[in-house]
Amino acid sequence: MQATATQESVEAAIFRELARLGPEPEYVKRDITFDALGIDSLDLVEVAQLVEEEFGVLLKGEDMEKLQTVGDAIDLVVARAAS
Amino acid sequence: MRPEGAALVTGSSRGLGAAIVRALASDGWPVGVNFSRDREGAVGVIAEIEGAHGQAALVQGDISDAADVERVFAELERRFGPVLTLVNNAGVRADGLAPQLEDVQWDQVLAVNLSGAFRATRRALKGMLRARYGRIVNVASVVGVRANPGQANYAASKAGLIGFTRTVAAEVARRGVTVNAVAPGLVNTELTAGIDAERLLAAVPARRAGTPEEVAACVRFLASEQASYVTGTTLTVDGGLTA
Repeated sequence: MQATATQESVEAAIFRELARLGPEPEYVKRDITFDALGIDSLDLVEVAQLVEEEFGVLLKGEDMEKLQTVGDAIDLVVARAAS
Repeated sequence: MRPEGAALVTGSSRGLGAAIVRALASDGWPVGVNFSRDREGAVGVIAEIEGAHGQAALVQGDISDAADVERVFAELERRFGPVLTLVNNAGVRADGLAPQLEDVQWDQVLAVNLSGAFRATRRALKGMLRARYGRIVNVASVVGVRANPGQANYAASKAGLIGFTRTVAAEVARRGVTVNAVAPGLVNTELTAGIDAERLLAAVPARRAGTPEEVAACVRFLASEQASYVTGTTLTVDGGLTA
């Protein structure tokens, strides 16, 4: 069952996935960069996979390259789900 | 302790693939026996594995077809869990000298031998990365590193597999996923039937062709938990041919 992509649901899912990937939960916020969290491209592949499974939103390689902050990722998923 | 999952060997209804899938099953892996057209062979391999108290699933699919690849993986996931060991063994040949090789001969060999391996790898990595465990073994060939007139397409596909192996290995190593290749020399299977063996064997220090079991033993090692620090390499199994 795929969930509806709202700001709240996507943020919750991405925060949860980031916590699983390593960063301490207290550092994970919308305006922090993936770099600062120590999240690399391979980690982002896993985030994209989760987003596809939970919300049916497909993020391609070229999308991932443009993402700087956690908020960028959340906004992109919500925008894609709506289109 | 390795996570629960399955091993998939593409093209395992006969030849090297059958020997490899039997070896992995005897190591306790629930296995997927993939075939494109040779259903009878695949059914026979399954019977042998189950007769030896192993677990095996028949998974039909043409590895050069993207939809088939997805279907094969989905079927195995449903039965045994994520594919954590993948042996890209499916291979074909369509020989001819370069000036006379037709587009379809080139395209088909690359599509199965190289692109098929890529698609299966891409799909398998999803589960492996998440499980923080994986073993990918690509069946290349000495033809990928040494000239063999009449096989420019086959050579390109196997050399391509070796380059692919190295780069993917470097990408995923930090997730506990290893990616390696084996490069068999002359091994007696249907794929090498009709080749002028006598001429080739004269160049083999061991003075004989290898057996599928000898190649399978190498794949088995690379797919083992113990081979956890071996990645991005090619293990040559050729009786000294390229020494």
